[in-house]
Amino acid sequence: MAFLRDYIKDVFGAVRSSLKGMRLTGYYALHHKKEKITQQYPDNRDELVLPERFRGEVVMLHDENNEHACTGCTACELACPNGTIKIITKFDITPEGKKKKALDTFVYHLELCTMCNLCIVACPTDAIKMAQTFEHSVFDRNKLTKVLNKPGSKIREGIE
Amino acid sequence: MRHLYRETQIISINSSTTSPDVEGDLVINVGPQHPATHGVLHLIITLNGETIKKVEPHLGYIHRSIEKMCESLSYRQFIYVTSRMDYLSSHINNHGCAMCVEKGLQIEIPSRAQVIRVLMDELTRLASHQLWWGAMTMDVGALTPFFHAFREREMINDIMEETCGARLTMNYMVPGGVMVDIHPNFQRKVKEFITHFKNKIGEYDELVTGNVIFQNRMKGVGYISKEDAISYGMTGPSARGSGVQCDIRKLYPYEVYDKVQFDEIIETGGDSFARYMVRMKEMRQSLSILEQLIDNIPEGDFQAKTKAVLKLPKGEFYSRIETARGEFGVYIVSEGGTTPYRIKFRSPGFSNLSALDHMARGGKIGDLIAMMGTLDLVIPDIDR
Amino acid sequence: MWSFENISQSVDTWLYDTFSPTTAMLIEFLIIAICVIGLFAILGLVLILMERKVSAWMQVRLGPNRVGPGGMFQTVADTLKLIVKEGMTPNNVDRFLFNLAPFIVMIVAMVILAPIMFAKNFQIWDINIGILFITAVSSVSVIGILMAGWASNNKYSLLGAMRSGAQIVSYELSAGLSVLSIVVLTGSLKISDIINSQQNGWWIFKGHIPVIIAFVIFIIAVTAETNRAPFDLAEAESELTAGFHTEYSGMKFALFFLAEYVNVFIVCAIGATLFLGGWMPLHFGTANKFNEVMDYIPSSLWFFGKTFFLIFIIMWFRWTFPRLRIDQLLNLEWKYLLPISMFNLLLVTVIAILKWHF
Repeated sequence: MAFLRDYIKDVFGAVRSSLKGMRLTGYYALHHKKEKITQQYPDNRDELVLPERFRGEVVMLHDENNEHACTGCTACELACPNGTIKIITKFDITPEGKKKKALDTFVYHLELCTMCNLCIVACPTDAIKMAQTFEHSVFDRNKLTKVLNKPGSKIREGIE
Repeated sequence: MRHLYRETQIISINSSTTSPDVEGDLVINVGPQHPATHGVLHLIITLNGETIKKVEPHLGYIHRSIEKMCESLSYRQFIYVTSRMDYLSSHINNHGCAMCVEKGLQIEIPSRAQVIRVLMDELTRLASHQLWWGAMTMDVGALTPFFHAFREREMINDIMEETCGARLTMNYMVPGGVMVDIHPNFQRKVKEFITHFKNKIGEYDELVTGNVIFQNRMKGVGYISKEDAISYGMTGPSARGSGVQCDIRKLYPYEVYDKVQFDEIIETGGDSFARYMVRMKEMRQSLSILEQLIDNIPEGDFQAKTKAVLKLPKGEFYSRIETARGEFGVYIVSEGGTTPYRIKFRSPGFSNLSALDHMARGGKIGDLIAMMGTLDLVIPDIDR
Repeated sequence: MWSFENISQSVDTWLYDTFSPTTAMLIEFLIIAICVIGLFAILGLVLILMERKVSAWMQVRLGPNRVGPGGMFQTVADTLKLIVKEGMTPNNVDRFLFNLAPFIVMIVAMVILAPIMFAKNFQIWDINIGILFITAVSSVSVIGILMAGWASNNKYSLLGAMRSGAQIVSYELSAGLSVLSIVVLTGSLKISDIINSQQNGWWIFKGHIPVIIAFVIFIIAVTAETNRAPFDLAEAESELTAGFHTEYSGMKFALFFLAEYVNVFIVCAIGATLFLGGWMPLHFGTANKFNEVMDYIPSSLWFFGKTFFLIFIIMWFRWTFPRLRIDQLLNLEWKYLLPISMFNLLLVTVIAILKWHF
């Protein structure tokens, strides 16, 4: 008799637990317009807003006079773990006639970058920041080696 | 010397084509490419009909020599690599490394940084357990909970994106504290997430835990006793399912864990269902820790002042931390320079995987899949 | 008035008037063959899209929504892809059996369509042993599956086929016993008799408790017979990578795939016929006004509506429950479903004799 009682209890318990699960998925099936979370990606590029701290790629800030804040101190190059940044410096002649180190080209290998943010934190003058672009695919690998300082730009006054 | 090298080469070729010991046994490969092994894990299973007689894991398919790489990186730089080892608990791995460096430098962390670190840890633990739940139910056959789990995980990923800048491999911990301060929206979003998830976790139980088919799949499968779990070196929720008390947050408390109230979940079943219940209850405990801390973030610095170039004194330093999978240990041997002489990571998955053979004998292939699911293996963690 | 019955009747009379009897019969056969193949194609289209959409809704996402409005032509695109795919035959297969297996499964699915009534007086063959014919012929599909597993020369396929064979043969018993409950209440095996006996109400309402138990057992048993989740370990993707049809590609795989969905349609059609009244609209015994209103809806719409409701329930099962292990599956059948259905048969016989049903 105990066997029969347990058997029937098993059967009813099984049916009840199955119905509970089915009620949940049935709710989702009938309310799918409200509950769906799909973002239809290539169509919604205009409305996409990424957080400002998103680590897309490293860019150098230029203001409206095409001036940047990089002194060529190579702190970012030393902080980078895998050699993504290469800084080429030159020597500028200041109005007093002294030689001062300045930035010639800031070579940034996007294909090696791990977006770890160590270079941004190391920069003493806040010259570089992370942009929010995330579509980096190209057909030619050479396009991923970028020069970050724009042609004809020079350092702003007053930055040490 | 060359003769020795050739001999070892021949032995290794033979071991990958294991011939069965008994006539009539079947030897099949599960993986390295397989939908159910979470990563590249190669298992060689010896079967008798449908019953498993021996399981032999072959590792190394994703070995990237991380420990060797760290010997050429400075103490600030090597932390980002550990995100890529156990990518589901990346904050916790980074935290462990930062703690070890701080132990060597003997610096004090401001309390604001401690609380932020613990908040990030618990959020990561929740996210890892959610993904574990989704992936494990997918292996067992229920394909719907995977999407539901990812819906909740998206909320955590969005919180991380706003504060840290990245969604999976957040390099946010530095020796001394955290890299940048939390975003002003952080508290509000975490509170919204807590209320949302409290409703949904009941749904998880309704859909999967109470289901009779799921319980029959999990109960009595993959039993390991407490003594065997300790002898194999299992840690984390897999061991706590067998009754081993090994929660590092209780045994060797770090940061603010001694000031928050939470329970260490121990189950004594020892089978897959017990391990499953441990993780489900741990999710609730993480939620309660988040609730206790989110309103009480102290003001202050988010990073202690450290020198620009870090140099650890000569010696050996070890620190341990509780990831979502178990005890993660960082062991640094320093010769006094700017780069470590040797770093060794004790990964939780490696020891958990070694118990798979013991647990799987006598079961069926379906049981093996369920067992691997409840052990929560992440293969890049095992193969560093 | 437009109805399937009128169309088929008028085509029949026109053919027999124009041609000699033999030619007319042959032309009728040809028309039926074309209609059946067309029905298969359309069913495949609709069912595969329905499965993908329903599964997507349960998983909080959109289903296919790019190809055609609302994703309607997704299956057409899939079929085109499968047709132009390279059909590889591996070495060392048993060529004759390997090529024959998908066709056996398809032919069984087509032959079972014969006794089913799609609308009032619209069926291919009203044989006097209708239900027995369907149950008997559906057993032949096991041979096709075992052939596919054996001839593939692959240990995974063999494992999958063996599991599948054991599963189908076991669950046929419970399905047959549930079908027998309705036959006992009706007193005839002929499909048209079964439907006509539901004139004053469907059997699921008239024969109360035992018929409801039989209905639940029937739904579970046919889910297992068609290898659908939660009983789908013959094709469990995360365990044995596609089971008995691993080695098939191209058009042969499309035939297996299509045959599975058509099988689901057929067993749901049988369930609708037996338990929910087939093409019979919803009648209550004596409420004549209500019955007249219900009669306005055409009978083919009733039939397809009921069948698709049952198909939705079977799809609902798939996306809610995890998979059963092979020994748990056989356990379920032999220890739970079979005793309950045998006891149910006794109960239904008692009720039929004592006329305790409505």
